[in-house]
Amino acid sequence: MSLIKEVDYGTPAKNSEKTVTLTIDGKDVTVPEGTSVMRASMEAGIQVPKLCATDMVDAFGSCRLCLVEVEGRNGTPASCTTPASDGMVVRTQTDRLKKIRKGVMELYISDHPLDCLTCAANGDCELQDMAGAVGLRDVRYGYEGGNHVQVRQNGEENPRYMAKDETNPYFTYDPSKCIVCSRCVRACEEVQGTFALTIEGRGFESRVSPGMHENFMDSECVSCGACVQACPTATLQEKSVIEIGQPEHSVVTTCAYCGVGCSFKAEMRGEELVRMVPYKDGKANRGHSCVKGRFAYGYANHKDRILNPMIRESVDEPWQEVSWEEALRFTADKFKGIQAKYGKGALGGITSSRCTNEETFLVQKLIRAGFGNNNVDTCARVCHSPTGYGLKTTFGTSAGTQDFDSVEHTDVVILIGANPTDGHPVFASRLKKRLRQGAKLIVIDPRRIDLVRSPHIEAVAHLPLRPGTNVAVLTSLAHVIVTEGLFDEAFVRERCDWDEFQDWAAFVSDPKHSPEAIADMIGVDAETMRKAARSFATGGNGAIYYGLGVTEHSQGSTTVMAIANLAMATGNIGRPGVGVNPLRGQNNVQGSCDMGSFPHELPGYRHIQDSATRDIFEDIWGVKLDDEPGLRIPNMLDAAVDGTFKGIYIQGEDILQSDPDTKHVAAGLAAMECVVVHDLFLNETANYAHVFLPGSTFLEKDGTFTNAERRINRVRKVMTPMNGFADWEVTQNLARAMGLDWNYTHPSQVMAEIAATTPSFANVSYDLLEREGSVQWPCNAKAPTGTPVMHMDGFVRGKGKFVVTEYVATDERTGPRFPLLLTTGRILSQYNVGAQTRRTENSAWHKEDLLEIHPHDAEQRGIREGDWIRLASRSGETSLRATITDRVAPGVVYTTFHHPGTQANVITTDYTDWATNCPEYKVTAVQVSSSNGPTEWQVEYDRQAEQSRRIKPRVDAAE
Amino acid sequence: MSETTEDQNVRVAAICDQMAALEGPLLPILHEVQEEFGYIPDGALQTIAKKLNLSRAEVHGVASFYHDFREERAGKHVIKICRAEACQAMGADALGDQIRRHLKVDWSQTTADHKITLEPVFCLGLCACAPAAMVDGKLVGRVSADRILEKVGS
Repeated sequence: MSLIKEVDYGTPAKNSEKTVTLTIDGKDVTVPEGTSVMRASMEAGIQVPKLCATDMVDAFGSCRLCLVEVEGRNGTPASCTTPASDGMVVRTQTDRLKKIRKGVMELYISDHPLDCLTCAANGDCELQDMAGAVGLRDVRYGYEGGNHVQVRQNGEENPRYMAKDETNPYFTYDPSKCIVCSRCVRACEEVQGTFALTIEGRGFESRVSPGMHENFMDSECVSCGACVQACPTATLQEKSVIEIGQPEHSVVTTCAYCGVGCSFKAEMRGEELVRMVPYKDGKANRGHSCVKGRFAYGYANHKDRILNPMIRESVDEPWQEVSWEEALRFTADKFKGIQAKYGKGALGGITSSRCTNEETFLVQKLIRAGFGNNNVDTCARVCHSPTGYGLKTTFGTSAGTQDFDSVEHTDVVILIGANPTDGHPVFASRLKKRLRQGAKLIVIDPRRIDLVRSPHIEAVAHLPLRPGTNVAVLTSLAHVIVTEGLFDEAFVRERCDWDEFQDWAAFVSDPKHSPEAIADMIGVDAETMRKAARSFATGGNGAIYYGLGVTEHSQGSTTVMAIANLAMATGNIGRPGVGVNPLRGQNNVQGSCDMGSFPHELPGYRHIQDSATRDIFEDIWGVKLDDEPGLRIPNMLDAAVDGTFKGIYIQGEDILQSDPDTKHVAAGLAAMECVVVHDLFLNETANYAHVFLPGSTFLEKDGTFTNAERRINRVRKVMTPMNGFADWEVTQNLARAMGLDWNYTHPSQVMAEIAATTPSFANVSYDLLEREGSVQWPCNAKAPTGTPVMHMDGFVRGKGKFVVTEYVATDERTGPRFPLLLTTGRILSQYNVGAQTRRTENSAWHKEDLLEIHPHDAEQRGIREGDWIRLASRSGETSLRATITDRVAPGVVYTTFHHPGTQANVITTDYTDWATNCPEYKVTAVQVSSSNGPTEWQVEYDRQAEQSRRIKPRVDAAE
Repeated sequence: MSETTEDQNVRVAAICDQMAALEGPLLPILHEVQEEFGYIPDGALQTIAKKLNLSRAEVHGVASFYHDFREERAGKHVIKICRAEACQAMGADALGDQIRRHLKVDWSQTTADHKITLEPVFCLGLCACAPAAMVDGKLVGRVSADRILEKVGS
């Protein structure tokens, strides 16, 4: 194993069809037209010295090191800014060039500290490399003159010297080492799209400045790490490298946060993780990252992590640490006892969208083949289950239609119920890049998210709809498109069921669906609606991206189908640049759904009642499968309260914090006899658990994650599990303790079983993933290396199905007691229930959940910025601090749900999607009033949690 | 008389609205703001950034690039003395020293009574008449310290 060093071609690739051939140092090279001479050289294996160029950003031409000579041209042009042309004859090394380069380097080094031996970038410094490459041996200019290096000069303070900025928790900015190549500034602009950095001043006074001569923490910086990655010196340097030193080997793996599924190089020193660096060949992220994936991995070593199995008879006792054997035997005995006493159906389990495909497959296998029922569900129940249902109904597959590269071909985007700059930051950066190139954006969201307007991007329309009216808005957009004749008739006739289309068209054309008719109800004026509809229908390649603001409603599935209708009617399916794109929340929520985590579906979305499918599994597993769909999470909890459901195995999900109506979840868990929590930390659910099985992090296991674009990415083990076992081994050991004969020695064998049983994975193997890097399912005989864009030559289900989407208002209504609507979301630095990110330095950005409230509503209630407020709904109440902002409309309040102290789900109701039971997190009628601090429930909850987390260490028998 | 930051921002925003339609509006706006206030007031850059949908870093980068944009109000009179090559050859350094001594200020400073600001400038394009200066926006050639000081009544 060695350190993976990707080739830096100096300037970005061009994808022109036309090629040109030139000669560089006697070698002929053929490249796409528009390619720089620098890149062409690198492709020919000739490295031109460079400092300000790197292939993540456009050429800049400032360092004057990459000069070359071109036959027939005067002077020495910079190779980075000179496009290659046919017949060009280039020389990269001549006496004249050598002299110039040496002179340039000498000047650079004359204002750079000579502390290479003690510098954190030693061994990974391009300035050092270039000094070597040009043969610099001597610097004739001393430090007596002006410089940025010395703290004191001639006995006085050096006014040019600037101290290190260490305010960011993850990296430092040391201005004394800066060579002002502006790579960081350009990375922030071109790659991340935040524009937080600039070069201030001019000439010798030029300095990199975050914001307006601010420190990094106070500036607009979002800590994505692109600048650190771009910096050729130690000026911007990860604190972990400063502390540990340079890594010696690296392993490519996949981030375990959101559904973008970024590829990273885990750079290691032995088993110690030095840093995570985004991998340029990663097809989801193309070399970019966000603050979570890049930096927030410290939870893996956090003191709260539980490393020993623990058991207890009752949840008011302290935990007792025990051996793995004892914990598993205890669990198996309890589970068997429960089934003997209450019947087969009294057990169930929950698979994790944070774990690998292989682990998820094994958990559902344990439940179906071991427990002998189908009581398996997953957290997709509370997020994207409507996506699965809606897209399966309309298109025939339960997944998004595109890859992320598709956005580079998009002309107009509808973004509905998603906040990518916080929830899916790397995709947001790719989207912003396309928007800066001229694509148009329509935002449908109750809140003014950053993408509505932020530096260099502005939505053509923002539809700040009233929470809960998605279906009405989408049907109305369709009304405009159909009645104004903007639909794509040729596409619909060829690809969709024409009769169904006509029914649907007649439905949406009804004047009661016109923007004018519903304007008051949705809170968006008719002209904005019409403008948005016209832009989408006539703007070229139209893509729809959506998130949980679509699915987590009582009409979540209807909304997904309304989105599909809109895409089909405008002919925006089946080619790059278009499509319906659910932004999946978690790293492997797509995968966990694919792997048969739903009570009615076997892997590959095949119904449990389909006997042919059952036969396949029965053959391999050697057991008879129950053909009745099992219980969903809310049903399991209901059954527990009723006394018929008694034991549950929960892998990597904190249902007490993440599922709606916390008190009901607590009551359900409290009514069970054996709750097994398999997790990294004593999460909130573990307060009600009898067995705790320590989990492993994504760094400690092999496997695969499937991201939002159906891409199966490899997860690779870079260190030994601190808890002793990878999660798939724990599940296997539990299965064995229950008497099943499982003998997997590596997750690749599980993948082989998945491929053998699931047609859409038929061709997937670890060998293929090794060769291809990643593949998108379906991956089978028809598509041997996967399917980037689906429904290319027709819908999977045959003809695309238009579904009539009647708007039915949710039963959750505002009234005199609860006049405001609460909606919820995420913030960039924290992730979901925060079990991981709260245990990293990310909390520097977001210490607590805040309630956003409009100035008008705040004033009416006498609430000031930062006040404690009481947030009450029909379900319950909690307290948190308020922040006053006009991002939310009057009548709407908003909060995040990252901190267990807030308990936002005490507030949410038990209304759910009609088709899939996905909870209606996004609409709750609430009242806000002044408060002095936490509610009684919060205080009591904290006390109970503390009580429940007591641990008695393991006592050895000899003592 | 003291204007609040809020009032200033309103005026800056009005300037932005007036000029935002220009191609490359940032520099003309900065000039206009300086014209209006005599300097670029605190908070103006943030207002401009918001109005033009730029980041505050970008606006800071541009404003700090040009020495002409001031962060503080200048004196009643502004003296700019050329310190470029031709003027240096004709004694500009000595001229500068003389004036600095007389006014008791260094380069880029304003006198204590807030009457006169002294600034260096690098080439006014008046090399044939070196040493050259600019007093309150008017070019003067073949200057002496006395002539300059006389013009500003000091």
